[in-house]
Amino acid sequence: MSSDIRFTDFKSDKQPTWCPGCGDFGTMNGMMKALAETGNDPDNTFVVAGIGCSGKIGTYMHSYALHGVHGRALPVGTGVKMARPDIEVMVAGGDGDGYSIGAGHFVHAVRRNVDMTYVVMDNRIYGLTKGQASPTSREDFETSTSPEGPKQPPVNPHALALASGATFIAQSFSSDALRHQEIIQEAIEHDGFGFVNVYSPCVTFNDVDTYDYFRDSLVDLKEEDHDPTSREDAKDVILDNEREHQGVIYKDESSVPYHEQHGVDEDMSVIPDGAPESATDLVREFY
Amino acid sequence: MAADFNWAVGGEAGDGIDSTGKIFAQALSRAGRHVFTSKDFASRIRGGYTAYKVRTSVDKVQSVVDRLDVLIALTPRTIEENLDELHEGSVIIYDGERTTMQDVEIPEEMIGLDVPLKSLAEEAGGAIMRNVVALGAACEVAEFPIENLDSALEKRFKDKGQKLVDNNKEAARAGRSYVADEYDHEFDYDLETTDEDYVLLNGDEAIGMGAIAAGCRFYAGYPITPATDVMTYLTGRIERYGGHVVQAEDELSAINMALGAARGGARAMTATSGPGIDLMTETFGLIATSETPLVICNVMRSGPSTGMPTKQEQGDLNQMLYGGHGEVPRFVLSPTTIDECFWKTVEAFNLAEKYQLPVYLTADLSMAVTEQTFSPETFDMDEVEVDRGNVVDETTIDDHMNESGGFQPHELTDDGISPRAFPGTADGAHMSTGLEHDEQGRRTEDTDMRVAQVDKRNRKVETAREREDWSPREFGDADADDLVITWGSNEGALAEAVEILDDEGQDVRVLSVPYIFPRPDLSADVEAAETTVVVECNEQGQFADLVEHDVLERVDRVNKYNGVRFKADELAAEIKSTLAEGVEA
Repeated sequence: MSSDIRFTDFKSDKQPTWCPGCGDFGTMNGMMKALAETGNDPDNTFVVAGIGCSGKIGTYMHSYALHGVHGRALPVGTGVKMARPDIEVMVAGGDGDGYSIGAGHFVHAVRRNVDMTYVVMDNRIYGLTKGQASPTSREDFETSTSPEGPKQPPVNPHALALASGATFIAQSFSSDALRHQEIIQEAIEHDGFGFVNVYSPCVTFNDVDTYDYFRDSLVDLKEEDHDPTSREDAKDVILDNEREHQGVIYKDESSVPYHEQHGVDEDMSVIPDGAPESATDLVREFY
Repeated sequence: MAADFNWAVGGEAGDGIDSTGKIFAQALSRAGRHVFTSKDFASRIRGGYTAYKVRTSVDKVQSVVDRLDVLIALTPRTIEENLDELHEGSVIIYDGERTTMQDVEIPEEMIGLDVPLKSLAEEAGGAIMRNVVALGAACEVAEFPIENLDSALEKRFKDKGQKLVDNNKEAARAGRSYVADEYDHEFDYDLETTDEDYVLLNGDEAIGMGAIAAGCRFYAGYPITPATDVMTYLTGRIERYGGHVVQAEDELSAINMALGAARGGARAMTATSGPGIDLMTETFGLIATSETPLVICNVMRSGPSTGMPTKQEQGDLNQMLYGGHGEVPRFVLSPTTIDECFWKTVEAFNLAEKYQLPVYLTADLSMAVTEQTFSPETFDMDEVEVDRGNVVDETTIDDHMNESGGFQPHELTDDGISPRAFPGTADGAHMSTGLEHDEQGRRTEDTDMRVAQVDKRNRKVETAREREDWSPREFGDADADDLVITWGSNEGALAEAVEILDDEGQDVRVLSVPYIFPRPDLSADVEAAETTVVVECNEQGQFADLVEHDVLERVDRVNKYNGVRFKADELAAEIKSTLAEGVEA
């Protein structure tokens, strides 16, 4: 791994087609900086992206990458990491990808605690399909398919994660570049499943959860009396519906990642030319 | 062919039917006899009729027949279910002390052996061994040396201590002695032993063993009958070779995990049955268009929907050939015998990597849960070849860069095959996507590039047609006027049906096809035949449709879709009557 990797090495030559001002620019920049800062380079990094505006991230970054089907980014990342423990795996998706069509995978990815990073670019709206309610949209958020609001409480992804046994839960804001990068970096360095929900505002279809809204309402846990190693503290933050937070909400310092639990540590891309030695033993078992 | 012997044990699910049958089958195999087993079972843990049937001979057996010589019946229903197969002189072993069996009626022409299985088992150390008492009784009836049973009992119970092994041996002897002492009857059977060494395995196990042999290191799956045995087999074994098995939360996840592992450079596989294929189809196009090598094993069962989950059918052919939106090539392999399940699995991995596409490897319920004996040399590991296709490394990657130094995983080539770079390969970083893409893997809607990439993907199929051997297996009379074509697991029954037909003076030529796509061109064969009959376990004749499509000629069909596999004698009769009708027409 070369030490002179800069974050721009993670940039592809494709110009993003996100709307000017989209939160995803900041989200992606922070991811690239965090990857470079943690000593990774594009050739040892695998980015998995889902579908939606967020899903385009794999195209705008330069690394090994898979832009998959809607909602299944986490299983793909899981497979990559199990086959290649030597590769840095980062999974990115939107709130629809992660908490709607892929919600089931989210719960189980959290439980497995595979050593990878999951970045959810949460804009509380379906942007690419031009403005429908997402699972994190507010109850009264009016859209073309929910004229009076969804009339359902938004999914609380942090609560879902905590209840599923998460070992790292964080929240960042794409516009607070420094903090966002720091938090992603901490997620990368975490031994296990590093989950970061990123407020990544949609400037075109969401006039409620705006930059101004987040700037005005975000409380940084770093400046609060918050102990991220305490599940109790984490619970209080997660169930606090009155305030928006950023920072590391919960971190289990004794986290044992999947590969250690299961002894999965080999580079599976390396296989013998013919049947493995001692394969004949497999036949003998059938005597 | 030497006389065969047909034996079964039946009762309720939860009665230990499976393990009892397996022990007897293993005893026969260890005694150098060929064995072919089959199961009647229901999709439940307890209750419901279930049976394990064993056909054995000193010659190869590869089918079930409609005949039962000895039946261990733990319930009255076991007798009722098998009345068609029992014949004059069939022996029924039962425990008349069991409440449900007290009033059981043994048909007059048959021999009922009332053996106090439970009482004898209790004397030997525990009621739980009553089925083993019955096995001992069966050994006496069949004149089968009980030492062979001992060796199977040792294999089964050795992990649980010598005491348990000894108790079981004693239980078996109690059953044997009871029959010898209480019944003064000369039975006609004499199960001779030979010095041959055989291994006994089912299709799912053969697939699992083939996967490990081929270098598969990652398996993700979701349990489903009748594919679960593949996962069970790999669990605890693949780890010895540095691999791993993941039980995913659903099939959507399983196939995406396998896809991820394959993108990481591993040989990866998932196995499921029709309902799981439905879910996996969501990701199928992505695998194919991103040119990811993956083996998807479909162990078919009766559909549609939940259908008859523990019954036989070959109804998913069209699903595998045409499933998924858009147009994208895939290969479909269908091993025709249990030993071929092993070899075709190895071949599936090589084809997947050489042509960088998904390969469906399809078996069906009757092959998956059927055990058959083979000489161990059948699975000669030295014969296993691994061909990973066009994989580049640091030294060769430079030949596949565009002008701006970007690696081209979808490079347009004459044979359609592009270079692969595994993550970690310097300068190989690239995007894989379900979007139409350019040579570098980046999204494009350029009309020329779209056409070039579609053509390139299809060119791989043409290349494979030229480079690989897609021949069917042939048997029967090569010069016969009439041709029988089949695919998948029907081969065994058909091979025996051909012998029956031969005895009856009816010659047929048989082509058993293990390749559904690409598949052999059978035009000349069908055109040369007076009548062609396509045999398959479905209603619509999905393979017959393909043959007609290829040959542009009508064929006759023998279809079975009642949930039960073809039996040799039944199949011979069906073919004969179909051919007779064909001639009249």
